[in-house]
Amino acid sequence: MDRKALDRVVYAVVWLACLAPLLWLAWRGFSNELGANPIDKLIRELGVWGLRLLIVGLAITPLARILKQPRLIRFRRTIGLFAFTYVLLHLTNYVVTDQWFDWAAIGKDILKRPFITVGMAAFVLLVPLAATSTNWALRRLGPVRWRRLHRLTYLIVPLGVIHYYMLVKADLQPPLIYGAIVAVLLGWRSWAWARKRRAAGA
Amino acid sequence: MLIRHGDELTENDVTPRDVYLRRREFMGGLIGGGLAVAGGATASAQAATGLKGIASPYSTKEPPNSRAEITGYNNFYEFGLDKEDPARNAGSLTTSPWTVKIDGHCNKPGTYDIGDVLRGNPLQQRIYRLRCVEGWSMVIPWLGVPLADLLKKYEPTSKAKYVAFETLHRPSEMPGQRRAVLDWPYREGLRFDEAMHPLTIMAVGLYGESLPAQNGAPMRLVVPWKYGFKSIKSVVRISFVEKQPRTAWNDSAPQEYGFWSNVNPTVDHPRWSQATERRIGEFRRRETLMFNGYGEQVAGMYRGMDLKKNF
Repeated sequence: MDRKALDRVVYAVVWLACLAPLLWLAWRGFSNELGANPIDKLIRELGVWGLRLLIVGLAITPLARILKQPRLIRFRRTIGLFAFTYVLLHLTNYVVTDQWFDWAAIGKDILKRPFITVGMAAFVLLVPLAATSTNWALRRLGPVRWRRLHRLTYLIVPLGVIHYYMLVKADLQPPLIYGAIVAVLLGWRSWAWARKRRAAGA
Repeated sequence: MLIRHGDELTENDVTPRDVYLRRREFMGGLIGGGLAVAGGATASAQAATGLKGIASPYSTKEPPNSRAEITGYNNFYEFGLDKEDPARNAGSLTTSPWTVKIDGHCNKPGTYDIGDVLRGNPLQQRIYRLRCVEGWSMVIPWLGVPLADLLKKYEPTSKAKYVAFETLHRPSEMPGQRRAVLDWPYREGLRFDEAMHPLTIMAVGLYGESLPAQNGAPMRLVVPWKYGFKSIKSVVRISFVEKQPRTAWNDSAPQEYGFWSNVNPTVDHPRWSQATERRIGEFRRRETLMFNGYGEQVAGMYRGMDLKKNF
């Protein structure tokens, strides 16, 4: 297999891996296997998968550097856009199936419920990143500004973890695990950044 | 006290045909061993025991949720944190023999077999709404006995101001107890008048069968005007106490789960609204009713109490 064909195969695998949870959820939904409260289940699953993919997206750069595989970076956009899709579906489910467009209740939730405020903030910050994911937008903004804008993920992903942490009833273990992973990924960045600065200064 | 819907019988009051056909067997069971549950309903035998309760004017006429919904979507952290975990994991629970420790301010404390605890109280069918603090609800056809009838046998004294309950603590059979998600054993409590209220029952069955383990076998409290977590499952201890007892969720998050926990659409959980609920099986959320719709019967007990403060 030549390099190009291999690339296509790898790309297809990544794409399918990102799509798989959604297909699996849809399948379970259509075959009535989401339990007695499918709306609640769907919202939770979509949210958790959105967060997982955001974290995977955050892991790409460190992995590419550590493993010296710069070509990994190609997958960042796909993973990020899938993460956005899951988050968007998560939010849509809350607005449509859970609240049935009860905008008054939704508005009150956003203002009064800190976990919804945080989740909504994370979503709002994600929108410009999804909107500027095209090659055209990257050219338009220029790489420096584009990169600066996309550093918003360093804020968005922790907000996602906090959103999850705040809604949990008793078992804090899953959000704490995600939080620990995010801390490592962001920690690596600040370490790499500090090292670079020191190198530049020396 | 005003009790409505006194004389209306519904389809739910009709004895299912299979139970009707086995009525002699059932009566025999009643006479022989007190109750089928008490007699020896092990986990494996549970599904087969036919139970029948006398229809009650306290029952709602709303259509009950399906057996699959009621037995497949549970909060019973002793068996895991996901709603589907209890149905998966509760099969390991040994419910026979089952003893209940009764202590505190009463004339007849002791450790009693469940058959003795329940003996002499004919089963009633109570079709109740159940409102979970998480914002969902169900309608469940319980079989049980009024808690008051059960408690009176132990002759509580005037010092009994509250009744405290405890769930079984048996990590070998309750995998959820191997992690300190809550401070085990699960504890709950009621003020004495709440415990003696005719709506409060000790349930031993649902849908004409003894309770599946995931629903709190062999006996669990049902207090329909309070959030579901007050209705403690798999009870092994009942104590008559003078002071307000500690309760599991109040211990865990006192600012979120009060001792009273009466269903109240005007007092939100700090993290979500309690104004509406999703009835399992329905698409649109519905308005939550004050005291879960049992206000006529229970509001009097809280007259003069600030329900925002005493949430």
